[in-house]
Amino acid sequence: MKKYTKEHEWVSIEDSVATLGITAYAAKELGDITFVELPEEDDDATQGEVLTVVESVKAATDVFSPVNGTVTEVNEELEDNPQLVNSSPEEDGWICRVGGVDKTEIDDLMTEEEYKSYLNSL
Amino acid sequence: MSEFKRTPLYEKHLSLKAKMVPFGGWEMPVQYPEGIIAEHHHTRRVASLFDTCHMGEFRIKGPNAAEVLDKIFPRAVASQKPGIARYNFLLSDRGTVLDDLLIYRMDEDELFLVVNAGTKDTDAERIKSLLPENISFEDKSDSIGKLDLQGPKSADILEKLGISKNKLPAFYHWNRTEIKGIPVLLSRTGYTGELGFEFYVDADRVAELWDILISFDDVKPAGLGARDTLRLEIGMALYGNELDDKTTPIEAGLGPMIRIEKRKADFIAKDILTDPSHVKKVLTPIALEGRKAARHGDTVMNSVEEEIGTVTSGMFSPLMKKAIALAYIDADKKLDPGSRILIKGRRKNLPGEVVDLPFYKEGTLRIKLT
Repeated sequence: MKKYTKEHEWVSIEDSVATLGITAYAAKELGDITFVELPEEDDDATQGEVLTVVESVKAATDVFSPVNGTVTEVNEELEDNPQLVNSSPEEDGWICRVGGVDKTEIDDLMTEEEYKSYLNSL
Repeated sequence: MSEFKRTPLYEKHLSLKAKMVPFGGWEMPVQYPEGIIAEHHHTRRVASLFDTCHMGEFRIKGPNAAEVLDKIFPRAVASQKPGIARYNFLLSDRGTVLDDLLIYRMDEDELFLVVNAGTKDTDAERIKSLLPENISFEDKSDSIGKLDLQGPKSADILEKLGISKNKLPAFYHWNRTEIKGIPVLLSRTGYTGELGFEFYVDADRVAELWDILISFDDVKPAGLGARDTLRLEIGMALYGNELDDKTTPIEAGLGPMIRIEKRKADFIAKDILTDPSHVKKVLTPIALEGRKAARHGDTVMNSVEEEIGTVTSGMFSPLMKKAIALAYIDADKKLDPGSRILIKGRRKNLPGEVVDLPFYKEGTLRIKLT
């Protein structure tokens, strides 16, 4: 199940492991992404708190964790090729995986349809 | 009704799907769909067209006007022959920078000043207050449109428009020409570090000139975002970042360009600018090791983690593939090129070293055309 936050993160959970990144809308708004400050493995992820920072030519933007858990994997491709977040924000441009996640934590987040209508309201 | 002013090219930007942002009281294109980095590379390799109609233009005219301005501006104006443009500074009585500007010597007794959009009105008040009664001052900003064509191919484009290379102005020179019937003041100046030209035309005809220039396959539009990354990569100051009313041109490292040591005339705050003890900070270029950028306002530390300065501009350099920054460092802690520094980060500090300007050294701005 893929869910979306108001801060424009996406998250999908499979077997208590969450994969997350920023949405296509966020990537387009930021413009050319020049750097992703990846979290480190074993970092704690806390729902609603800053997990990482995505930088574009003009600005740095916080990415908040949509879940609680521990970082199990980061997308090392982004170190040399952060523009993957622009070209494939919700697939190849994933940022990290967080393990030990309780699925019900994302029940309150938006579905794809709800997120689309949220974007239309902005 | 928008609270921001729009240039005559506003509709062109919308049809090119530009992202519009407020800048200096104007609604301006920050980027087009290809994005800042693509626009940056296209300017360095080919040629880009920028809408700079937001900038202000003043005409100053009267007996010995150049000698009068020579006593106002820190860089010599009287020695500037007609046909030459010079970068100069409008100063407060304390010698701090109220604006940076270009001064064109048009004629024996006529000068043309090009100023930043955000400071235009306060510049006009300041300059008028300093001019004697027999020198006229006219704000021509509303009736003049301005475009910048920048990039190594820009002279080829002009050649295709019938201006042979030997008729193009030399670096920091200008002349009058015509492009498809549009009278143009053509100046070989710019803000990118590449071969390039600025075009001053009647505001009513600037859209026509835009269409002519953009019709070339080699020419793509570029916005304020690329304008900023291009200027920073060659270490040019941006008013509001490196220059402001708390900073003198000497602190910004511009003393040699002004040739302050050789200036004979008395100009505003000359006693301050020629006294080295006024220098409290030194503009310092920094190359960081990684891609993460330092940002305006970040703290600079030396190798023993003493806080010694503040970042004025910082970004990821598309050409150098790493982050670069300009910072003011306290004069008594100033560092030579090669010195290690740290930018204080929220999570971890960013390591880097002091370098020489320009960051990007391959720019074509001074290239000889004939």
